[in-house]
Amino acid sequence: MSETGDTGQETRNGVLSEDERALLLIVQEGLPLVPAPYREIAERLGTSEERVLEMLQELLQRRVIKRLAAVPNHYALGVTHNGMAVWDVPDSLVSAVGRKLGRWPEITHCYRRPRAPGWPYNVFAMVHGMSRAEVLTRIQAISHEAGLETYPHDVLFSTRILKKQGMRVRARPVAAP
Amino acid sequence: MPQQRASASLALDRTDKLLINRLQKGVPRSPRPYREVADALEIEEGEVIGRLRRLLDAGALTRLGAILNAPQLGGERTLCAVAAPPDRLDEVIAAINRHPEVSHNYERTHAYNLWFVLSSEDAADIGRVIAEIEKETGLRVINLPTLEEYRVEFYYELPV
Repeated sequence: MSETGDTGQETRNGVLSEDERALLLIVQEGLPLVPAPYREIAERLGTSEERVLEMLQELLQRRVIKRLAAVPNHYALGVTHNGMAVWDVPDSLVSAVGRKLGRWPEITHCYRRPRAPGWPYNVFAMVHGMSRAEVLTRIQAISHEAGLETYPHDVLFSTRILKKQGMRVRARPVAAP
Repeated sequence: MPQQRASASLALDRTDKLLINRLQKGVPRSPRPYREVADALEIEEGEVIGRLRRLLDAGALTRLGAILNAPQLGGERTLCAVAAPPDRLDEVIAAINRHPEVSHNYERTHAYNLWFVLSSEDAADIGRVIAEIEKETGLRVINLPTLEEYRVEFYYELPV
């Protein structure tokens, strides 16, 4: 880690200094489980604990790091059923419908996405629960209260987690275009 | 969830649940973060570290670290799906999962039965990986990037 690695660094989105990339390569895998984890990271990077904490603060502020936190495995915690509710809402109404759904506490994720061949739906909402019946009951209540019952609709339950690892940066930066 | 079911019977006590709830919201950025959490839960720092090691080993936590944001890194993140014929499921799953850009992959109850997230700090990876999966499997991948985001809630409070 160079002393001057951060001077004159680009601060626009998408550009990491060399020091920041080295730090992300460690913290994306996990924080050391030792009393002073940031000091241990600093030793591995050849810098100070203060500098590591400062860089983390910076990366969180820039939203490069969304969270520095524990990621629970919901299935191991008993929240075993996950329903992806989808609707085909007219484009002229979709933003208003999405904003309304986004206020429902039972919905953890809600997005507008494009339609595709064999896929007529443009609103996606995730609902979790302890059983399929519980998830379906919640989705039906939401659909009713939000006035979405007349639109084409489906619920896709997850039956297996095949991969869950989160995004990773690479050891080397992306080549400039 | 056959691949996750082994850990579904994991017994968590009240302190585990309080610890998970606390750390889902963020790890303190101070010289002794685990001691800070320990003080709040009125336990010892060593116990927090021991419990975290056990929760990670048992799979109750998939990670304790940084969750990155592809768009803020100049890249992209998108949701994709394929309709894999049931008799080719394992082969198609392997063709998807071997790409490091695939961060999540779920089997779901629909003709489009495999739903996966592609994330990369290089936006060009998205199209390349989709093309590679299509070539390898002979199946069409539908690409459904986020057009508008209405809610993203990561915190799930474990009842204690």
